[in-house]
Amino acid sequence: MPAEEEELIRKRQRERSRLLAILLGAFAVLMFAITIAKMTINQ
Amino acid sequence: MADRAPAGQALATRPFPLSGRPPIGTRVTSVPLTRDENLPADWRDLLALTKPRVMSLVVFTGLCGLLAAPGPVHPVLGFTAVLCIALGAGAAGALNQWYEADLDAKMKRTAGRPLPAGRMTRQTALHFGVGLGVFSVVLMDLAANHLAAAVLAISILFYVLVYTVWLKRRTAQNIVIGGAAGAFPPLIGWAAVTGDVTALPILLFAIIFLWTPPHFWALSLFVRTDYANAGVPMLPVVSGVESTRRHIMLYTLPMAAAAVAPWALGLTGWIYGVTSVVLSAIFLLLAAAVLANRATESKAMGPEKKLFGFSIVYLFGLFAALVVDRWMI
Repeated sequence: MPAEEEELIRKRQRERSRLLAILLGAFAVLMFAITIAKMTINQ
Repeated sequence: MADRAPAGQALATRPFPLSGRPPIGTRVTSVPLTRDENLPADWRDLLALTKPRVMSLVVFTGLCGLLAAPGPVHPVLGFTAVLCIALGAGAAGALNQWYEADLDAKMKRTAGRPLPAGRMTRQTALHFGVGLGVFSVVLMDLAANHLAAAVLAISILFYVLVYTVWLKRRTAQNIVIGGAAGAFPPLIGWAAVTGDVTALPILLFAIIFLWTPPHFWALSLFVRTDYANAGVPMLPVVSGVESTRRHIMLYTLPMAAAAVAPWALGLTGWIYGVTSVVLSAIFLLLAAAVLANRATESKAMGPEKKLFGFSIVYLFGLFAALVVDRWMI
């Protein structure tokens, strides 16, 4: 496998991993906020 | 970006000898999908798969349905409901592109999309679309209610199964029936707040349902060669230009009536009433100009292009007026 192609694959994997980490973090925050909102409404 | 293929240029045309295997899930051999499956799809291409421009109108109408609904909505839950509508629309768009990769490859307007351009495998698009769709429905159920989640699921399935798979390649009425898929968002937004569906959200559904045929037929008139080449039985391809122009006027009349109906029935105030009357009058005038046009060449289809452009402004204007009306009066 040419180094150039391998580098392209690694680059995309890194970008997607970073994005996935951000999205998972955002999802955790959103679920926390939804839980608090539901508890506020039910009080 | 140096690592991305330009629009329309398949990665197959670039030297990627990582493996000689054919792509997973290739349905139609005419699609130049011989990219290497070891190369992960660029996240920008995954985003493009969701049709962000189409999504903007869907999100806007969904948000307006939510804001026009009576009763308070918690900002976090309201935001989540709109997010779910956006994700659901993105999922439907991705599954549409997954199924139509062969058609997209034949049309200039869509040849640069990730699948026909060979920048992504069909399997990636399928997994992404299904995952996003399931996630959006489950999250809507958690944040809003069962009804909003059910209508969201129906809208995704309707767009993918009824419009994309069943109707689009079979009948010139594809846009008429399939238009219902794009009409669901205000209904979903409303249901997310109230948990029920009343006359006003049904009228909002009717407005978008009746707006879709004139909007798409205006577009299909000046890109009909594309549709003809791809074998899509759009009305101008099947029935001709003049018949399509008559159909545009035929659908504009009930659309204008549906647009004015919320005000006429006393469901909205004067702000929406005046806006709907003025915008519908302009729409009718532009549709009349299309009806009067005799051109058959795309270059001479100025009235059709004007109507298509205005139809987007029309829908944005109507729904914005609805929200302003609700919050100001």
